[in-house]
Amino acid sequence: MHIEIDEIAKTFGNTTALHPVSLPIPSGALVALLGPSGSGKTTLLRILGGLEFPTSGRVLFDGQDATGLSVQDRRAGFVFQSYALFRHMTVFENIAYGLRARPRRIRPPAAEIERRVLKLLELIQLPQIAERYPNQLSGGQRQRVALARALAIEPRMLLLDEPFGALDARVRKELRHGLREIHDTTGLTTVFVTHDQDEAMELADLVVVMSMGRIEQVGRPQDIRARPATPFVREFIAA
Amino acid sequence: MYDSTLSEAYALPPERWAQKWRPATDESRLTRVVLIAIALTGLGLLVLAPLAVVFAEALAKGGVAAMASLAQPEALSAIKLTLLVAAISVPVNAIFGIAAAWVITKFDFRGKAFLITLIDLPFSVSPVVAGLALVLLFGTNSLLGGWLVASGHPVIFALPGIVLASVFVTFPFVARELIPVMIEQGRTEEEAALTLGASGWRVFLTVTLPNIRWALLYGVLLCNARAMGEFGAVAVVSGKIRGQTATMPITIEMLYNEYLSVAAFSMAGVLALLALLTLLLKTVLEWRHADQLAATRRH
Repeated sequence: MHIEIDEIAKTFGNTTALHPVSLPIPSGALVALLGPSGSGKTTLLRILGGLEFPTSGRVLFDGQDATGLSVQDRRAGFVFQSYALFRHMTVFENIAYGLRARPRRIRPPAAEIERRVLKLLELIQLPQIAERYPNQLSGGQRQRVALARALAIEPRMLLLDEPFGALDARVRKELRHGLREIHDTTGLTTVFVTHDQDEAMELADLVVVMSMGRIEQVGRPQDIRARPATPFVREFIAA
Repeated sequence: MYDSTLSEAYALPPERWAQKWRPATDESRLTRVVLIAIALTGLGLLVLAPLAVVFAEALAKGGVAAMASLAQPEALSAIKLTLLVAAISVPVNAIFGIAAAWVITKFDFRGKAFLITLIDLPFSVSPVVAGLALVLLFGTNSLLGGWLVASGHPVIFALPGIVLASVFVTFPFVARELIPVMIEQGRTEEEAALTLGASGWRVFLTVTLPNIRWALLYGVLLCNARAMGEFGAVAVVSGKIRGQTATMPITIEMLYNEYLSVAAFSMAGVLALLALLTLLLKTVLEWRHADQLAATRRH
Protein backbone atom coordinates (compact mmCIF):
# COMPACT_ATOMS: atom_id res chain seq x y z
CA MET A 1 0.00 0.00 0.00
CA HIS A 2 1.23 3.46 -0.90
CA ILE A 3 1.35 5.86 2.05
CA GLU A 4 1.38 9.62 1.63
CA ILE A 5 2.22 11.86 4.55
CA ASP A 6 0.97 15.33 3.66
CA GLU A 7 2.09 18.27 5.83
CA ILE A 8 1.59 16.39 9.11
CA ALA A 9 2.25 18.43 12.27
CA LYS A 10 1.79 17.46 15.90
CA THR A 11 1.98 19.46 19.10
CA PHE A 12 1.58 18.18 22.66
CA GLY A 13 0.53 21.17 24.76
CA ASN A 14 3.35 23.67 24.31
CA THR A 15 5.87 21.30 22.77
CA THR A 16 6.08 20.72 19.06
CA ALA A 17 6.77 17.07 18.29
CA LEU A 18 6.48 17.47 14.53
CA HIS A 19 6.73 20.52 12.30
CA PRO A 20 4.76 20.04 9.12
CA VAL A 21 6.42 17.09 7.39
CA SER A 22 5.62 15.48 4.06
CA LEU A 23 6.79 12.10 2.85
CA PRO A 24 5.65 9.67 0.19
CA ILE A 25 6.21 6.01 1.04
CA PRO A 26 6.10 3.82 -2.07
CA SER A 27 4.11 0.62 -1.97
CA GLY A 28 6.14 -2.35 -0.76
CA ALA A 29 9.09 -0.28 0.47
CA LEU A 30 11.04 -0.99 3.65
CA VAL A 31 11.54 2.43 5.22
CA ALA A 32 13.59 3.46 8.26
CA LEU A 33 12.75 6.55 10.29
CA LEU A 34 16.18 7.36 11.69
CA GLY A 35 16.96 9.95 14.31
CA PRO A 36 17.95 10.65 17.92
CA SER A 37 15.36 10.55 20.67
CA GLY A 38 13.04 13.53 20.53
CA SER A 39 13.31 13.78 16.76
CA GLY A 40 9.63 12.98 16.26
CA LYS A 41 10.12 9.62 14.55
CA THR A 42 7.98 7.62 16.97
CA THR A 43 5.26 10.27 16.90
CA LEU A 44 5.16 10.01 13.12
CA LEU A 45 4.92 6.22 13.32
CA ARG A 46 2.10 6.40 15.87
CA ILE A 47 0.23 8.85 13.65
CA LEU A 48 0.49 6.36 10.77
CA GLY A 49 -0.85 3.63 13.04
CA GLY A 50 -3.73 5.76 14.32
CA LEU A 51 -2.48 5.82 17.92
CA GLU A 52 -2.03 9.59 17.75
CA PHE A 53 -3.89 12.08 15.63
CA PRO A 54 -2.07 14.92 13.88
CA THR A 55 -2.70 18.53 14.84
CA SER A 56 -2.81 19.36 11.15
CA GLY A 57 -2.12 17.69 7.83
CA ARG A 58 -3.35 14.50 6.19
CA VAL A 59 -2.42 10.84 5.81
CA LEU A 60 -3.37 9.12 2.57
CA PHE A 61 -3.48 5.37 2.05
CA ASP A 62 -3.48 4.49 -1.66
CA GLY A 63 -4.69 8.00 -2.39
CA GLN A 64 -7.62 7.79 0.07
CA ASP A 65 -7.71 10.21 3.00
CA ALA A 66 -7.13 8.10 6.12
CA THR A 67 -6.45 10.93 8.58
CA GLY A 68 -9.59 10.33 10.65
CA LEU A 69 -9.60 6.55 10.27
CA SER A 70 -9.78 4.81 13.67
CA VAL A 71 -6.88 2.70 14.88
CA GLN A 72 -8.96 -0.46 14.45
CA ASP A 73 -9.91 0.36 10.87
CA ARG A 74 -6.36 1.16 9.78
CA ARG A 75 -5.31 -2.47 9.86
CA ALA A 76 -1.73 -1.52 10.58
CA GLY A 77 0.38 -4.32 12.04
CA PHE A 78 2.13 -2.53 14.90
CA VAL A 79 5.15 -3.91 16.76
CA PHE A 80 5.85 -2.00 19.97
CA GLN A 81 9.26 -1.23 21.40
CA SER A 82 8.65 -3.38 24.47
CA TYR A 83 6.56 -5.77 22.31
CA ALA A 84 3.49 -5.31 24.56
CA LEU A 85 2.62 -9.00 24.43
CA PHE A 86 -0.45 -9.86 26.49
CA ARG A 87 1.24 -11.34 29.54
CA HIS A 88 -1.72 -13.40 30.72
CA MET A 89 -2.16 -15.12 27.35
CA THR A 90 -0.16 -17.89 25.74
CA VAL A 91 1.78 -17.22 22.56
CA PHE A 92 -1.02 -18.93 20.61
CA GLU A 93 -3.68 -16.69 22.18
CA ASN A 94 -1.52 -13.62 21.59
CA ILE A 95 -1.23 -14.33 17.89
CA ALA A 96 -4.90 -15.33 17.57
CA TYR A 97 -6.07 -12.16 19.37
CA GLY A 98 -6.61 -9.99 16.29
CA LEU A 99 -8.51 -12.69 14.42
CA ARG A 100 -10.72 -13.47 17.42
CA ALA A 101 -11.44 -9.75 17.89
CA ARG A 102 -13.01 -9.46 14.45
CA PRO A 103 -16.76 -8.95 14.15
CA ARG A 104 -18.56 -12.27 13.82
CA ARG A 105 -19.34 -12.01 10.12
CA ILE A 106 -15.68 -11.67 9.10
CA ARG A 107 -14.18 -13.80 11.87
CA PRO A 108 -12.60 -17.00 10.60
CA PRO A 109 -13.82 -20.25 12.21
CA ALA A 110 -11.73 -21.61 15.11
CA ALA A 111 -10.04 -24.27 12.98
CA GLU A 112 -9.00 -21.65 10.43
CA ILE A 113 -7.64 -19.40 13.19
CA GLU A 114 -5.59 -22.29 14.54
CA ARG A 115 -4.25 -23.09 11.08
CA ARG A 116 -3.20 -19.48 10.53
CA VAL A 117 -1.56 -19.14 13.94
CA LEU A 118 0.45 -22.31 13.43
CA LYS A 119 1.50 -21.08 9.99
CA LEU A 120 2.70 -17.79 11.48
CA LEU A 121 4.64 -19.68 14.13
CA GLU A 122 6.33 -21.54 11.27
CA LEU A 123 7.07 -18.25 9.55
CA ILE A 124 8.86 -16.88 12.63
CA GLN A 125 10.56 -20.26 13.06
CA LEU A 126 9.19 -20.91 16.53
CA PRO A 127 6.67 -23.71 15.93
CA GLN A 128 7.19 -25.26 19.37
CA ILE A 129 6.32 -22.34 21.68
CA ALA A 130 2.55 -22.01 21.13
CA GLU A 131 1.61 -22.87 24.70
CA ARG A 132 4.23 -20.75 26.47
CA TYR A 133 3.59 -17.46 28.23
CA PRO A 134 5.50 -14.30 27.24
CA ASN A 135 7.56 -14.27 30.44
CA GLN A 136 8.91 -17.70 29.51
CA LEU A 137 10.40 -16.39 26.26
CA SER A 138 13.72 -14.76 25.46
CA GLY A 139 13.81 -11.20 24.16
CA GLY A 140 14.35 -12.34 20.58
CA GLN A 141 11.47 -14.81 20.78
CA ARG A 142 9.17 -12.12 22.18
CA GLN A 143 10.02 -9.80 19.32
CA ARG A 144 9.21 -12.49 16.76
CA VAL A 145 5.93 -13.33 18.48
CA ALA A 146 5.01 -9.63 18.44
CA LEU A 147 5.74 -9.63 14.71
CA ALA A 148 3.60 -12.73 14.15
CA ARG A 149 0.76 -11.19 16.16
CA ALA A 150 0.91 -8.07 13.99
CA LEU A 151 0.95 -10.15 10.79
CA ALA A 152 -2.02 -12.25 11.89
CA ILE A 153 -4.53 -9.49 11.16
CA GLU A 154 -3.47 -9.47 7.49
CA PRO A 155 -2.31 -5.88 7.85
CA ARG A 156 -2.12 -3.36 5.05
CA MET A 157 1.23 -2.14 6.37
CA LEU A 158 3.75 -3.04 9.03
CA LEU A 159 4.87 -0.43 11.58
CA LEU A 160 7.68 -1.20 14.02
CA ASP A 161 8.89 1.00 16.88
CA GLU A 162 12.56 0.31 17.67
CA PRO A 163 12.01 -3.38 16.90
CA PHE A 164 15.53 -4.40 17.89
CA GLY A 165 16.08 -1.87 20.67
CA ALA A 166 15.98 -4.24 23.63
CA LEU A 167 18.09 -7.05 22.18
CA ASP A 168 21.74 -7.97 22.40
CA ALA A 169 23.98 -7.48 19.38
CA ARG A 170 23.99 -11.06 18.07
CA VAL A 171 20.21 -11.55 18.23
CA ARG A 172 19.79 -8.11 16.68
CA LYS A 173 21.75 -9.13 13.57
CA GLU A 174 19.77 -12.35 13.25
CA LEU A 175 16.40 -10.64 13.56
CA ARG A 176 17.32 -7.96 11.04
CA HIS A 177 17.60 -10.70 8.45
CA GLY A 178 14.35 -12.16 9.75
CA LEU A 179 12.53 -8.86 9.25
CA ARG A 180 14.01 -8.42 5.77
CA GLU A 181 12.86 -11.91 4.80
CA ILE A 182 9.36 -11.41 6.16
CA HIS A 183 9.13 -8.09 4.35
CA ASP A 184 10.26 -9.67 1.09
CA THR A 185 7.83 -12.62 1.34
CA THR A 186 4.79 -10.55 2.37
CA GLY A 187 5.56 -7.53 0.22
CA LEU A 188 4.05 -5.28 2.91
CA THR A 189 4.90 -1.60 3.04
CA THR A 190 7.01 -1.50 6.19
CA VAL A 191 8.09 1.46 8.32
CA PHE A 192 10.40 1.03 11.29
CA VAL A 193 11.78 3.51 13.77
CA THR A 194 15.40 3.33 14.90
CA HIS A 195 18.11 5.47 16.41
CA ASP A 196 20.79 3.08 15.15
CA GLN A 197 22.17 4.29 11.82
CA ASP A 198 23.84 0.92 11.03
CA GLU A 199 20.51 -0.78 11.38
CA ALA A 200 18.77 1.75 9.16
CA MET A 201 21.49 1.67 6.52
CA GLU A 202 21.75 -2.11 6.41
CA LEU A 203 18.07 -2.95 6.42
CA ALA A 204 16.09 -0.20 4.72
CA ASP A 205 15.38 0.56 1.06
CA LEU A 206 14.73 4.15 2.01
CA VAL A 207 16.10 6.04 5.01
CA VAL A 208 14.35 9.11 6.46
CA VAL A 209 16.69 11.07 8.73
CA MET A 210 14.82 13.14 11.31
CA SER A 211 15.85 15.75 13.87
CA MET A 212 13.87 18.08 16.13
CA GLY A 213 10.55 17.24 14.50
CA ARG A 214 11.77 17.82 10.97
CA ILE A 215 12.82 15.57 8.12
CA GLU A 216 16.46 16.32 7.35
CA GLN A 217 16.92 14.02 4.39
CA VAL A 218 15.21 11.18 2.54
CA GLY A 219 17.15 8.82 0.35
CA ARG A 220 18.60 5.41 -0.35
CA PRO A 221 21.24 4.41 2.21
CA GLN A 222 24.13 4.71 -0.23
CA ASP A 223 22.97 8.19 -1.36
CA ILE A 224 22.67 9.46 2.19
CA ARG A 225 26.10 8.12 3.00
CA ALA A 226 27.61 9.61 -0.16
CA ARG A 227 25.83 12.97 -0.05
CA PRO A 228 24.56 14.01 3.37
CA ALA A 229 22.21 16.95 2.79
CA THR A 230 22.76 18.82 6.05
CA PRO A 231 25.50 19.11 8.68
CA PHE A 232 23.21 17.24 11.09
CA VAL A 233 22.97 14.23 8.76
CA ARG A 234 26.71 14.22 8.17
CA GLU A 235 27.40 14.19 11.89
CA PHE A 236 24.68 11.72 12.74
CA ILE A 237 25.73 9.05 10.25
CA ALA A 238 29.39 9.53 11.09
CA ALA A 239 28.71 8.81 14.78
CA MET B 1 41.01 0.17 47.37
CA TYR B 2 42.56 -1.30 50.49
CA ASP B 3 40.06 -2.68 52.96
CA SER B 4 41.51 -3.76 56.25
CA THR B 5 38.53 -5.83 57.44
CA LEU B 6 38.52 -7.70 54.15
CA SER B 7 42.21 -8.61 54.33
CA GLU B 8 41.79 -9.57 57.96
CA ALA B 9 39.04 -11.92 56.96
CA TYR B 10 41.17 -13.47 54.23
CA ALA B 11 43.98 -13.97 56.71
CA LEU B 12 41.83 -16.46 58.57
CA PRO B 13 41.49 -20.05 57.36
CA PRO B 14 38.64 -20.34 54.81
CA GLU B 15 36.31 -22.25 57.13
CA ARG B 16 36.29 -19.26 59.48
CA TRP B 17 35.61 -16.58 56.84
CA ALA B 18 31.94 -16.73 57.49
CA GLN B 19 32.52 -15.54 61.07
CA LYS B 20 34.20 -12.37 59.88
CA TRP B 21 31.90 -11.83 56.96
CA ARG B 22 28.26 -11.12 57.00
CA PRO B 23 26.09 -9.93 54.15
CA ALA B 24 25.45 -6.22 54.56
CA THR B 25 21.72 -6.79 55.00
CA ASP B 26 22.13 -9.46 57.64
CA GLU B 27 21.85 -8.65 61.35
CA SER B 28 23.50 -10.27 64.34
CA ARG B 29 21.71 -13.12 66.06
CA LEU B 30 20.79 -10.95 69.04
CA THR B 31 19.28 -8.19 66.90
CA ARG B 32 17.25 -10.76 65.01
CA VAL B 33 15.87 -12.38 68.16
CA VAL B 34 14.97 -9.02 69.68
CA LEU B 35 13.25 -7.81 66.52
CA ILE B 36 11.26 -11.00 66.15
CA ALA B 37 10.27 -10.86 69.82
CA ILE B 38 9.05 -7.27 69.46
CA ALA B 39 7.01 -8.14 66.37
CA LEU B 40 5.46 -11.21 67.95
CA THR B 41 4.68 -9.46 71.25
CA GLY B 42 3.06 -6.57 69.46
CA LEU B 43 1.04 -8.90 67.28
CA GLY B 44 0.03 -10.99 70.29
CA LEU B 45 -0.98 -8.09 72.51
CA LEU B 46 -2.66 -5.94 69.91
CA VAL B 47 -4.21 -8.50 67.55
CA LEU B 48 -4.38 -12.03 68.91
CA ALA B 49 -5.27 -11.28 72.54
CA PRO B 50 -8.29 -9.05 71.78
CA LEU B 51 -9.51 -11.58 69.21
CA ALA B 52 -9.18 -14.40 71.74
CA VAL B 53 -11.02 -12.36 74.38
CA VAL B 54 -13.90 -11.77 71.98
CA PHE B 55 -14.41 -15.49 71.45
CA ALA B 56 -13.84 -16.30 75.14
CA GLU B 57 -16.47 -13.78 76.24
CA ALA B 58 -18.92 -14.98 73.59
CA LEU B 59 -18.61 -18.54 74.82
CA ALA B 60 -18.49 -17.58 78.54
CA LYS B 61 -21.94 -19.09 79.13
CA GLY B 62 -21.51 -21.89 76.65
CA GLY B 63 -22.04 -22.29 72.95
CA VAL B 64 -25.78 -22.76 73.34
CA ALA B 65 -26.25 -19.36 74.96
CA ALA B 66 -24.13 -17.74 72.26
CA MET B 67 -26.12 -19.39 69.46
CA ALA B 68 -29.40 -18.49 71.16
CA SER B 69 -28.39 -14.83 71.32
CA LEU B 70 -27.60 -14.89 67.60
CA ALA B 71 -30.96 -16.50 66.81
CA GLN B 72 -32.83 -13.46 68.20
CA PRO B 73 -34.79 -11.69 65.42
CA GLU B 74 -32.89 -8.47 66.06
CA ALA B 75 -29.54 -10.23 65.78
CA LEU B 76 -30.56 -11.98 62.57
CA SER B 77 -31.83 -8.70 61.15
CA ALA B 78 -28.49 -7.03 61.95
CA ILE B 79 -26.51 -9.81 60.25
CA LYS B 80 -28.76 -9.70 57.18
CA LEU B 81 -28.55 -5.91 56.99
CA THR B 82 -24.74 -5.90 57.22
CA LEU B 83 -24.41 -8.54 54.50
CA LEU B 84 -26.88 -6.65 52.31
CA VAL B 85 -25.02 -3.36 52.76
CA ALA B 86 -21.72 -5.04 51.88
CA ALA B 87 -23.33 -6.79 48.90
CA ILE B 88 -24.43 -3.43 47.50
CA SER B 89 -21.51 -1.17 48.40
CA VAL B 90 -18.70 -3.53 47.35
CA PRO B 91 -19.82 -3.92 43.69
CA VAL B 92 -20.62 -0.21 43.51
CA ASN B 93 -17.15 0.68 44.76
CA ALA B 94 -15.52 -1.92 42.52
CA ILE B 95 -17.07 -0.18 39.50
CA PHE B 96 -16.29 3.32 40.81
CA GLY B 97 -12.76 2.25 41.68
CA ILE B 98 -12.06 0.72 38.27
CA ALA B 99 -13.48 3.78 36.51
CA ALA B 100 -11.45 6.19 38.66
CA ALA B 101 -8.23 4.20 38.29
CA TRP B 102 -8.86 3.95 34.55
CA VAL B 103 -9.24 7.68 33.92
CA ILE B 104 -6.32 8.51 36.22
CA THR B 105 -3.87 6.08 34.67
CA LYS B 106 -4.92 6.01 31.03
CA PHE B 107 -5.62 9.65 30.29
CA ASP B 108 -3.92 12.96 30.89
CA PHE B 109 -6.27 15.76 31.80
CA ARG B 110 -6.47 18.91 33.88
CA GLY B 111 -7.44 18.38 37.49
CA LYS B 112 -5.96 14.88 37.66
CA ALA B 113 -4.01 15.62 40.83
CA PHE B 114 -7.18 17.03 42.37
CA LEU B 115 -9.08 13.84 41.51
CA ILE B 116 -6.38 11.70 43.16
CA THR B 117 -6.64 13.81 46.32
CA LEU B 118 -10.41 13.51 46.20
CA ILE B 119 -10.22 9.72 46.10
CA ASP B 120 -8.18 9.80 49.32
CA LEU B 121 -10.60 12.14 51.05
CA PRO B 122 -12.64 9.38 52.76
CA PHE B 123 -9.43 8.16 54.42
CA SER B 124 -8.68 11.56 55.92
CA VAL B 125 -12.19 12.69 56.83
CA SER B 126 -13.62 11.25 60.03
CA PRO B 127 -16.51 8.86 59.23
CA VAL B 128 -18.71 10.78 61.67
CA VAL B 129 -18.25 13.91 59.59
CA ALA B 130 -19.19 11.96 56.48
CA GLY B 131 -22.32 10.70 58.23
CA LEU B 132 -23.29 14.21 59.31
CA ALA B 133 -22.76 15.52 55.79
CA LEU B 134 -25.17 12.88 54.49
CA VAL B 135 -27.74 13.84 57.14
CA LEU B 136 -27.47 17.50 56.11
CA LEU B 137 -27.82 16.57 52.46
CA PHE B 138 -30.62 14.02 52.68
CA GLY B 139 -32.24 14.69 56.11
CA THR B 140 -35.89 15.80 56.38
CA ASN B 141 -34.78 19.40 56.93
CA SER B 142 -33.04 19.64 53.59
CA LEU B 143 -34.84 20.36 50.33
CA LEU B 144 -33.74 17.12 48.70
CA GLY B 145 -34.38 15.03 51.81
CA GLY B 146 -37.82 16.54 52.39
CA TRP B 147 -38.85 15.68 48.86
CA LEU B 148 -37.42 12.13 49.15
CA VAL B 149 -39.29 11.50 52.42
CA ALA B 150 -42.51 12.95 50.98
CA SER B 151 -42.22 10.68 47.94
CA GLY B 152 -41.76 7.67 50.20
CA HIS B 153 -38.04 7.09 49.66
CA PRO B 154 -36.32 8.20 52.84
CA VAL B 155 -32.53 8.03 52.76
CA ILE B 156 -31.61 8.93 56.31
CA PHE B 157 -32.55 6.37 58.98
CA ALA B 158 -33.03 3.87 56.15
CA LEU B 159 -31.07 1.43 53.98
CA PRO B 160 -30.05 3.96 51.27
CA GLY B 161 -28.35 6.16 53.87
CA ILE B 162 -26.44 3.24 55.35
CA VAL B 163 -25.31 2.15 51.89
CA LEU B 164 -24.26 5.70 50.97
CA ALA B 165 -22.26 6.02 54.18
CA SER B 166 -20.56 2.66 53.61
CA VAL B 167 -19.80 3.49 49.99
CA PHE B 168 -18.25 6.81 51.02
CA VAL B 169 -16.05 5.29 53.70
CA THR B 170 -14.85 2.38 51.53
CA PHE B 171 -14.47 4.34 48.30
CA PRO B 172 -10.63 4.53 48.21
CA PHE B 173 -9.84 0.83 48.69
CA VAL B 174 -10.32 -0.45 45.13
CA ALA B 175 -8.96 2.65 43.39
CA ARG B 176 -5.91 2.78 45.70
CA GLU B 177 -5.04 -0.84 44.92
CA LEU B 178 -5.53 -0.43 41.18
CA ILE B 179 -3.78 2.88 40.46
CA PRO B 180 -0.16 1.78 41.16
CA VAL B 181 -0.64 -1.50 39.29
CA MET B 182 -2.15 0.21 36.28
CA ILE B 183 0.55 2.89 36.26
CA GLU B 184 3.23 0.21 36.31
CA GLN B 185 1.61 -1.70 33.45
CA GLY B 186 1.23 1.38 31.26
CA ARG B 187 -0.94 1.60 28.20
CA THR B 188 0.96 -0.33 25.57
CA GLU B 189 -0.87 -3.64 25.93
CA GLU B 190 -4.14 -1.80 25.45
CA GLU B 191 -2.70 0.06 22.47
CA ALA B 192 -1.53 -3.23 20.98
CA ALA B 193 -5.02 -4.68 21.34
CA LEU B 194 -6.50 -1.61 19.62
CA THR B 195 -4.13 -1.91 16.66
CA LEU B 196 -5.22 -5.55 16.36
CA GLY B 197 -8.76 -4.32 15.79
CA ALA B 198 -10.35 -4.81 19.21
CA SER B 199 -13.03 -2.38 20.36
CA GLY B 200 -12.50 -0.35 23.54
CA TRP B 201 -14.87 -2.56 25.52
CA ARG B 202 -13.21 -5.73 24.29
CA VAL B 203 -9.79 -4.33 25.20
CA PHE B 204 -11.05 -3.66 28.71
CA LEU B 205 -12.50 -7.15 29.13
CA THR B 206 -9.69 -9.16 27.54
CA VAL B 207 -6.59 -7.12 28.38
CA THR B 208 -7.11 -4.59 31.17
CA LEU B 209 -9.30 -6.64 33.47
CA PRO B 210 -7.17 -9.82 33.44
CA ASN B 211 -4.09 -7.71 34.13
CA ILE B 212 -5.58 -6.01 37.18
CA ARG B 213 -7.60 -8.89 38.57
CA TRP B 214 -5.34 -9.54 41.57
CA ALA B 215 -5.18 -5.93 42.61
CA LEU B 216 -8.93 -5.75 42.08
CA LEU B 217 -9.44 -8.78 44.30
CA TYR B 218 -7.32 -7.28 47.10
CA GLY B 219 -9.20 -4.01 46.83
CA VAL B 220 -12.57 -5.76 46.88
CA LEU B 221 -11.65 -7.86 49.92
CA LEU B 222 -10.40 -4.83 51.86
CA CYS B 223 -13.44 -2.87 50.80
CA ASN B 224 -15.70 -5.71 51.94
CA ALA B 225 -14.02 -6.02 55.33
CA ARG B 226 -14.36 -2.30 55.96
CA ALA B 227 -17.95 -2.12 54.65
CA MET B 228 -19.04 -4.82 57.11
CA GLY B 229 -17.17 -3.22 60.01
CA GLU B 230 -18.00 0.47 59.49
CA PHE B 231 -19.38 2.09 62.64
CA GLY B 232 -19.03 5.88 62.77
CA ALA B 233 -20.68 7.04 59.57
CA VAL B 234 -23.38 4.38 59.77
CA ALA B 235 -24.13 5.24 63.41
CA VAL B 236 -24.99 8.80 62.39
CA VAL B 237 -27.19 8.04 59.37
CA SER B 238 -28.90 4.86 60.52
CA GLY B 239 -30.74 6.18 63.57
CA LYS B 240 -29.93 2.83 65.24
CA ILE B 241 -33.46 1.43 64.93
CA ARG B 242 -33.38 -2.09 66.30
CA GLY B 243 -34.36 -4.78 63.85
CA GLN B 244 -34.45 -2.22 61.04
CA THR B 245 -31.38 -0.02 60.58
CA ALA B 246 -28.97 -1.44 63.15
CA THR B 247 -26.04 -3.11 61.43
CA MET B 248 -23.80 -5.61 63.20
CA PRO B 249 -21.28 -3.08 64.62
CA ILE B 250 -24.15 -0.85 65.84
CA THR B 251 -25.98 -3.80 67.40
CA ILE B 252 -22.80 -4.90 69.14
CA GLU B 253 -22.42 -1.49 70.73
CA MET B 254 -26.05 -1.35 71.83
CA LEU B 255 -25.94 -4.84 73.33
CA TYR B 256 -22.69 -4.04 75.12
CA ASN B 257 -24.12 -0.84 76.59
CA GLU B 258 -26.98 -2.90 77.97
CA TYR B 259 -24.55 -5.29 79.67
CA LEU B 260 -25.66 -8.18 77.44
CA SER B 261 -22.10 -9.28 77.06
CA VAL B 262 -22.72 -12.79 75.71
CA ALA B 263 -24.95 -11.42 72.98
CA ALA B 264 -22.58 -8.54 72.23
CA PHE B 265 -19.51 -10.73 72.03
CA SER B 266 -21.26 -13.47 70.07
CA MET B 267 -22.09 -10.99 67.37
CA ALA B 268 -18.60 -9.50 67.58
CA GLY B 269 -17.31 -13.04 67.11
CA VAL B 270 -19.42 -13.48 63.97
CA LEU B 271 -18.14 -10.17 62.59
CA ALA B 272 -14.56 -11.20 63.35
CA LEU B 273 -15.16 -14.57 61.70
CA LEU B 274 -16.45 -12.87 58.57
CA ALA B 275 -13.24 -10.83 58.46
CA LEU B 276 -11.11 -13.93 59.03
CA LEU B 277 -13.02 -15.69 56.27
CA THR B 278 -12.11 -12.83 53.93
CA LEU B 279 -8.44 -13.20 54.86
CA LEU B 280 -8.60 -16.96 54.40
CA LEU B 281 -10.18 -16.55 50.98
CA LYS B 282 -7.40 -14.19 49.95
CA THR B 283 -4.70 -16.58 51.18
CA VAL B 284 -6.24 -19.60 49.45
CA LEU B 285 -6.53 -17.68 46.17
CA GLU B 286 -2.95 -16.49 46.43
CA TRP B 287 -1.74 -19.99 47.11
CA ARG B 288 -3.73 -21.60 44.31
CA HIS B 289 -2.69 -19.03 41.73
CA ALA B 290 0.91 -18.55 42.77
CA ASP B 291 2.12 -19.27 39.21
CA GLN B 292 -0.11 -16.68 37.63
CA LEU B 293 0.85 -14.15 40.28
CA ALA B 294 4.48 -14.68 39.41
CA ALA B 295 3.72 -14.49 35.70
CA THR B 296 1.99 -11.15 36.00
CA ARG B 297 4.63 -9.84 38.42
CA ARG B 298 2.14 -8.95 41.10
CA HIS B 299 3.27 -9.80 44.63
